[in-house]
Amino acid sequence: MTEAEIRALILELIGEIAPEADLGSAQDQDDLREIFDLDSMDFANLVVALHDRLGVNIPEVHYNQLFKLESAIAFLRNAIVQ
Amino acid sequence: MPALGADMEAGTLVEWLVKPGDRVKSGDVIAVVETQKGAIEVEIFQQGVVSNILVPVGERVPVGTVLAQIDGAPGAATPPPLETPVAAPKPAPQALAQAPPMPVLAAPSSRPKITPVARRRAAALSLDPALILRGTGVEGSIRLADVETYASGAKLARRPAKKGLDLSQMRQAIAAAMSRSKREIPHYYLTETVDLSAASTWIERYNAEKTPVERILPAVLFLKAAALALREQAQLNGAYENGVFVPSSSIHVGWAISLRGGGLIAPAIRDTDGKSLAELMAAMRDLVERARRGNLRSSELTSPTVTITSVGDRGAESVTGIIYPPQVAIIGFGRVVTRPWVVDGRIETRPLVTVSLAADHRVTDGHIGGLYLGAVGRLLQEPDKL
Repeated sequence: MTEAEIRALILELIGEIAPEADLGSAQDQDDLREIFDLDSMDFANLVVALHDRLGVNIPEVHYNQLFKLESAIAFLRNAIVQ
Repeated sequence: MPALGADMEAGTLVEWLVKPGDRVKSGDVIAVVETQKGAIEVEIFQQGVVSNILVPVGERVPVGTVLAQIDGAPGAATPPPLETPVAAPKPAPQALAQAPPMPVLAAPSSRPKITPVARRRAAALSLDPALILRGTGVEGSIRLADVETYASGAKLARRPAKKGLDLSQMRQAIAAAMSRSKREIPHYYLTETVDLSAASTWIERYNAEKTPVERILPAVLFLKAAALALREQAQLNGAYENGVFVPSSSIHVGWAISLRGGGLIAPAIRDTDGKSLAELMAAMRDLVERARRGNLRSSELTSPTVTITSVGDRGAESVTGIIYPPQVAIIGFGRVVTRPWVVDGRIETRPLVTVSLAADHRVTDGHIGGLYLGAVGRLLQEPDKL
């Protein structure tokens, strides 16, 4: 899975959680929770959806790596490889 | 027409889901009504056979109006007419079997208004209701016929581009409920700072062994602890109506959910104190999802006996709530913060949460409130017992 595909998947899933989100505005260093107004439940649901779609393990201690798009892509790509 | 909030005066019958001759049982959704707060599914709590539909689709009627008659039931399908459209039923001076109504604070969703049957049909057709830009129901709500028409390729009128909620209606609802609260209820406020070390450690261990969908949020511990503490201080759980406090025999926590675009709504998690943490997490996830989609049921809006608001990890450090009348208390949990804390004479960094209580001084005093907050803090020190 390419970085572009992972990025698209993350934004697609956020779009399902926050239908009003302007997905095109996301920059790599943005905190996804801030720019898309994701609360704790939204973020938990994003992790669930990523786990379901990618089949990767996302321990809670690594949640902070999913806060920003750039680090989320890197983390998930690494997790997929493993 | 059920009262779906203390300030609701009337509602519009949007769709009937039953017809004369249909057999119904307790828990069935029989109709959809449009209120100031959005479309709400109306449940029935009796069984029998529908004999008469008394209010046609599209008609706006006052709260208390009989909507239908059920043969074989001890009464009408909905609460009987009240003396005045907005008056709450007079409570008996004993414990409530059914929780009191509460105000609904906001329109439930920015998603298209759609009736349940239409939603089910759209799902069966793998059709996103948002594609149907304007329905033919009341105020553009999407009806079954609209789904069928769209599916057959016919063009429907486009809904005007709209992002977010109807802020005007939502604000009116919030203003009415909160103004009434501030006008009528003599609030008192207490806060307590609680060390969350034990709870945080416990939840980390718990979640480490679970798949993402099984993991729980700290808010679930708050919810359970707050509900259990209400068993100890029952005077905070119930309704104040007609000059009398009516304690509730059950603890149905109204969980405050912020809606996208603004506003909030606080549907009930029934029998909160008796549910496991996993059940509470599932209930919370379900309620949040349905609240934001606009798919709550009437009983979820009328049954809370107390309200809890938790601002989450992006909220403020503390929150002091305004009571939802006729309830008599609201409990608040701020953002968990790491701060210096004195433990056994030493300063350590600890995760802390500020727990607040706003309570009705007509029913309790600060002593009761303090005992309650103390109980919440104590329960959070033993998370394995929650």
